[in-house]
Amino acid sequence: MKARDLTELAIRNLREALLRNSLTTLGVAVGVASLVAMLSLGIGLQTLASKRLLRSGLFDSVLVSSGRGSRGGPDGPRRRETRDANNIPVALDDAALQSFQKLPNVSEVYPQIRFSTDIRYLRPNWGLSVGMQPPPEGEPPMFGKTSHYPLDARLLNVTTNALGIPESSRKGEAFEGMTGKFFSSPTASEVILQSELAKEIADKASTAKPPAIPWMGAASGTVGKPKSNPSEPATSSNTTAATTLAISPADLIGKQILIRYAERASFASAADRDDALLESAISGQLNGSLSVIPREKMFIIVGIIETDPSAGMGGFGGGRLYLPLQLAQSLKVAQPTDMQALLSDSDSTKPTYTALTVRVNSPKDVAAVEAAIKKMGFNAFSLLDATKGLRLVFTVFDLFLGLFGSLALTVASLGIINTLVMAILERRREIGVLKALGATDGDVKSLFFAEAAAMGFFGGLCGVALGWFIGQALTWGTGLYLRQQDLPSVKISYVPWWLALSAVAFATLVSLLAGLYPASRAARLNPVDALRYE
Amino acid sequence: MTPTPSIQAENVTRDYHLGESTVRAVAGITLTIPAGEFLALLGSSGSGKSTLLSMLAGLDRPTSGAIRVGDKNLAELSPENLARYRRETVGMVFQSFNLLPRMTLEENVELPLRLSEVSRSDRAVRVREALDRVRLGARSKHRPSELSGGEQQRGALARALVNRPSILFADEPTGNLDSVNGEQILLLLKEFQTTLGMTIVMVTHERPLAERFANRIVTLSDGKLISDAPAAQQSVLSPSNQAAFDRAQGVNS
Repeated sequence: MKARDLTELAIRNLREALLRNSLTTLGVAVGVASLVAMLSLGIGLQTLASKRLLRSGLFDSVLVSSGRGSRGGPDGPRRRETRDANNIPVALDDAALQSFQKLPNVSEVYPQIRFSTDIRYLRPNWGLSVGMQPPPEGEPPMFGKTSHYPLDARLLNVTTNALGIPESSRKGEAFEGMTGKFFSSPTASEVILQSELAKEIADKASTAKPPAIPWMGAASGTVGKPKSNPSEPATSSNTTAATTLAISPADLIGKQILIRYAERASFASAADRDDALLESAISGQLNGSLSVIPREKMFIIVGIIETDPSAGMGGFGGGRLYLPLQLAQSLKVAQPTDMQALLSDSDSTKPTYTALTVRVNSPKDVAAVEAAIKKMGFNAFSLLDATKGLRLVFTVFDLFLGLFGSLALTVASLGIINTLVMAILERRREIGVLKALGATDGDVKSLFFAEAAAMGFFGGLCGVALGWFIGQALTWGTGLYLRQQDLPSVKISYVPWWLALSAVAFATLVSLLAGLYPASRAARLNPVDALRYE
Repeated sequence: MTPTPSIQAENVTRDYHLGESTVRAVAGITLTIPAGEFLALLGSSGSGKSTLLSMLAGLDRPTSGAIRVGDKNLAELSPENLARYRRETVGMVFQSFNLLPRMTLEENVELPLRLSEVSRSDRAVRVREALDRVRLGARSKHRPSELSGGEQQRGALARALVNRPSILFADEPTGNLDSVNGEQILLLLKEFQTTLGMTIVMVTHERPLAERFANRIVTLSDGKLISDAPAAQQSVLSPSNQAAFDRAQGVNS
């Protein structure tokens, strides 16, 4: 019999005993659905994990600190006090950075710049006043040449860690799903806020009083307001006069904030500046090789990110405020190592880094690069072992989910076998007729096979759809829960095309195997006996 | 149509094993059926006539002996070739019609053509031709359950004819029918014999029908051939089968 006729007959037979066959198909579908749903959960969680952890850089980067820190030396025992005279310390400077870059499989090396900062929120339209304003009550006096003090800079007293973000993160997935945009350029005066920080700023900005300006009396808020922007709606103008405004975190995007930080400058370079006198007054001692100057700089908020991307940015934990790394470097913010450099190596005018992040092409290169860096005498650290553990967990997890799914499919296969064996009993006469009309054993076998395969195939299709649906429902449910918990919703179920295809193929194959016995039994049936059967 | 072969059964025996005991259903029958003959196998229940028919039709194999159809010995054919023999050389009708209930009449008749991989365009023509020959052209879209017993058996005849076999085996074709419908069936069988030149082998226990339509009557008892004689032909079949059929049809409706 030709394949087309065979298929037609099989489908016709399936259609005729619709209820029984659809129940069997449903059995297959449920089996496949549980398999697909479970595997999709496993894959989804794995994708989630690798997106949030693996690909974010945590597992493909080596964190290098100088061999002198409190993290312990390159060769083993932790040394809290680094007074080892014999161990000539290697400086984590530009030369070191370049030597790391030359290592095989290193994709990127960038310094970790992290500093503590104080934030002020500026209402954008109020502008800056010209000239110096006296500092508000309780605030330390401002120094440096950027000490124009905005009239409405709200006193937030938000202190947080800022972190430089390399340009390469633009393409990474760490900033996926953020509100707003990534930095427009590596040197743009722009910041991205972590959502908790954004919330804190928004809350404080909503309730904080504008700085009191003693000589202007109570109506301080109205001083800078008018003329600057006539297009601003009247209602908004009115509310600005009030001391409280509701500002939501999302409103912060596009607004300015003022960031205060400490600049490190060697005395020589500081002397070139027009405000050298002021700085020297702060640094206190003119004979030191290092001075720390408080600075402030205006930034525009361009984005708010829910999850902390800094985990992958080479810092293991870290900032809540992110600025372009290149800009952060140009700020010459004082780093903790400056002090150490000063103490241990008094004539060093070259900047050293607190830590460098060395990113490698793939997690499997981490071990070799880490070893090479350690050989150079630096302190290197990676989360490679944690990756292994994590992967093992997910592999086992997948295995278990697959196992339960297979169990479900086994039950479904038994259903198929049962249906087909029953069908033979019911259809003995039909088999006898077919054989009397000249059907070969092969024809009869193929027919039963085709029916089993068709049930498996349709069951597989329905099962994939059902499994996908279950996954979506689970994602929706967790999304609901996560929203309640103020967390971003995530896709926990993921059905890749290969899973869908192989689930259908698997169901068809299992059905064929399940149909093997009934089909050969049907084929062996003696036509005389089969016809006698009433 | 291939030239109609003759059928030769040589000392054919068929044993059935029922537990410990062995039942000899057919015991050493030797029989020659020339091409184009209408043979009736007569006998009471359990005489072995249906078993012999099954073996002649290639549904069953003899325990010993040979059945030669043309140049083939059915006892030695492979299962595939035996299926091919059933498909190409033989048409078969049963007492219980055995139309597949899930298919329309048309599809039932088409089934042997599907099995012998006849092209789709030919099938429709041949199905139509076969149904017209048994005067069921108008019922082609009906299911067996929507047809009367006589119509079902005529449908079964059409199915047996559609592959243009040279031999037709009929196992009690009138057993489930009233006399009028039974007569219609036998008229059709006779018509196939005379107009198509087919060999007809019919099992029956109704001697009067056998005597009216068959050329030769073979009687079996306990698996043995006890008589083999030409039937006393009656003139009922002339002048025309068609007229007789129409007469029967008129009574029927």
